[in-house]
Amino acid sequence: MLTLEKRPQPSQFWSYAAPLVAVVLTMIAGAALFATLGTPPIEALSKIFWEPLFGKFNFFYLPQLLVKGAPLVAIALGLSLGFKAGIWNIGAEGQYIIGALCGAAVGLAFYPMEARWLIFPLMLIAGAFGGFAWAMIPGILRVKFNTNEILVSLMLVYVAEQLLASMALGLMKNPEGMGFPGSRNLSQYASSSSWIDQGYGMHWGVVIALIAVIFAYILFSKHILGFQIKLAGQAPRAAAFSGVNPTRLVLFCLGTSGALAGLAGLTEVSGPSGLVSIDFNVGYGFTAIIVAFLGRLNPIGILLAGGLMALTYIGGDVAQSSLGLPGAAIQVFQGMLLFFLLAVDVLTNYRVRMARGATA
Amino acid sequence: MFGSIDPILLLASLMVAATPILLAAIGELVVERAGVLNLGVEGMMISGSVLGFVAAISTGNPWIGFLAAAVGGAGMALVFGILTQFLLSNQVATGLALTLFGLGLASLIGQGYLGVRAPAFPDWHIPLLGDIPVIGPIVFQHDPMVYVGLTIVAGVWWFLQKSRAGLVLRAVGENHEAAHALGYHVVRTRLLAIMFGGACAGLGGAYLSIVRVPTYADGLTAGAGWIALAIVVFASWKPLRLLLGAYLFGGVTVLQLNLQAAGLPLLSVLPWILVATGVIMALYKIALHRSISKSSAKAIGVTFGIAALVYFYGWMGWSFNDALWLSASPYIATIVVLVIMSAGGAPGSLGKTFHASR
Repeated sequence: MLTLEKRPQPSQFWSYAAPLVAVVLTMIAGAALFATLGTPPIEALSKIFWEPLFGKFNFFYLPQLLVKGAPLVAIALGLSLGFKAGIWNIGAEGQYIIGALCGAAVGLAFYPMEARWLIFPLMLIAGAFGGFAWAMIPGILRVKFNTNEILVSLMLVYVAEQLLASMALGLMKNPEGMGFPGSRNLSQYASSSSWIDQGYGMHWGVVIALIAVIFAYILFSKHILGFQIKLAGQAPRAAAFSGVNPTRLVLFCLGTSGALAGLAGLTEVSGPSGLVSIDFNVGYGFTAIIVAFLGRLNPIGILLAGGLMALTYIGGDVAQSSLGLPGAAIQVFQGMLLFFLLAVDVLTNYRVRMARGATA
Repeated sequence: MFGSIDPILLLASLMVAATPILLAAIGELVVERAGVLNLGVEGMMISGSVLGFVAAISTGNPWIGFLAAAVGGAGMALVFGILTQFLLSNQVATGLALTLFGLGLASLIGQGYLGVRAPAFPDWHIPLLGDIPVIGPIVFQHDPMVYVGLTIVAGVWWFLQKSRAGLVLRAVGENHEAAHALGYHVVRTRLLAIMFGGACAGLGGAYLSIVRVPTYADGLTAGAGWIALAIVVFASWKPLRLLLGAYLFGGVTVLQLNLQAAGLPLLSVLPWILVATGVIMALYKIALHRSISKSSAKAIGVTFGIAALVYFYGWMGWSFNDALWLSASPYIATIVVLVIMSAGGAPGSLGKTFHASR
């Protein structure tokens, strides 16, 4: 009979190999899923993972990789801070929406003034602040009332969605939009567009995501705060004795992840999506949870995982248009990826042993 | 104050509105009493709603739909169980994975069934009891699933408090090391609890798609699974208090729908609802503990403060978006409840991974 034996130290090899094995297993299970749906499995997989990177139209898809990957990476980096410390912010989607709304409000308020040097930085500040403030609600409630931050941050996603709907149809509606729902197009208004070069998929969200990767890397490898975050997650009692301030840690982790999600939302709404509409958010806040775990809560890992997840979004679209693969199949695919990762991860912390006779 | 709203109808629809959350929450309560935190309730619920709906449509029999939903929910929960109990994965992460997976799966299966109407599931008019004036229409004229839900709650209460197996389950949840040392099967107990929780969540989801809505749409559950998790905290992990929590929540939902339909200005009602909430909470705390802890006193104070602010805002005649705040009210109410009820009482081993090293 097989039993598990706890490793004295987590395995280095498996902590790198587990995500790769999980991806391979997901591809196999995904192929089975696609076959059940009546799509040729190998062709579907090649449409998802090969076509956007090396296919004939990759000049069109590669910029999309930046566009879709940037918000995922930025949000996942923020989430990883908290996840490491056992602080579960799963309402990034709400912080993303509120950041976008606050930033867009600034941009729309200044329309049609031409002063990019003033307006765009103000929008960035407003976006970061919006996400930060929205994440502070679960943060302060946890610190002051010991309220569960998982449930509060998630409830606030639904509140944010209601707020977004009301804004897109009400206050922020385009007065010249001939009755169509949605705001003015921020990406076409020179002072508020987050595009740097649309042809390459470069916008300020990409820049912010890359800067965040560098900062997160330095935080975890060089800074005492990064050490405290890891300590609080792995050994809460030791952290308490060594003088880690839990209040500060909760507020820092939630606030930072909220601000990053808010920035991601703002750069999305003023760039790729262009305008505040009811459904401009497509669930990056939730997919980023998968990205954070797939990247092992490590900044470089998250960068790679974000790229891979962006690829599944783009490839999913390709497979949808060319093979008729339902869009929801990609969502199932992404969910399976997290399942397999969590399953394979057992090998990082445990060793499989043959046990004779004795039962656990 | 509520003008055209009929209180009997309101209370009657409250029981229906509370049922899906009640079902999901009672399942999760058993899971958490066994020491497992399954955050996948939302995913299991929406999968149950689509599976139940499809089964009910293709057989024409809603009961088969409920059965399929329960089996499907339990199956999804089994995946969670295998991952957390045998492969020792983190329960929070695995629960989130279950929710993300379930949402995708539901919209994949449900895409061919959008806009279809579920087969009729007629109300029971219970003879004699149903004829009692006032109480009859409120309590005894509902569809059978309302009573199935109440029966499950009563059954869980009996199981946890009066049966030996329930005692073992609670022991496993309070201290899995000790339970293991006494020779109880921690993993087996937890797996069964997890599957029961999944079946209940599936039933709750199917109740939404077959009875309450009654059709399937993407995102149909709209956070009901998460609210169920919050209600378990609210109930301090006790079945009978869970009933109260689910009905309170059902009340908020029904009230906001009625207020939206009646077109009453929310600002004139909201301060009083908040004041009533604060008073109820204070009385509830006193009834439970004969005193109010400092943190709950603070929370109740904050509730009164917000009531005063809202009253002031309305008094000033500033603009206010009724539809927005009414639609958001169930979620905000959940947060308020979580803040006021952040009391202890959680099972000792909740959320911790169990690995029998010896």
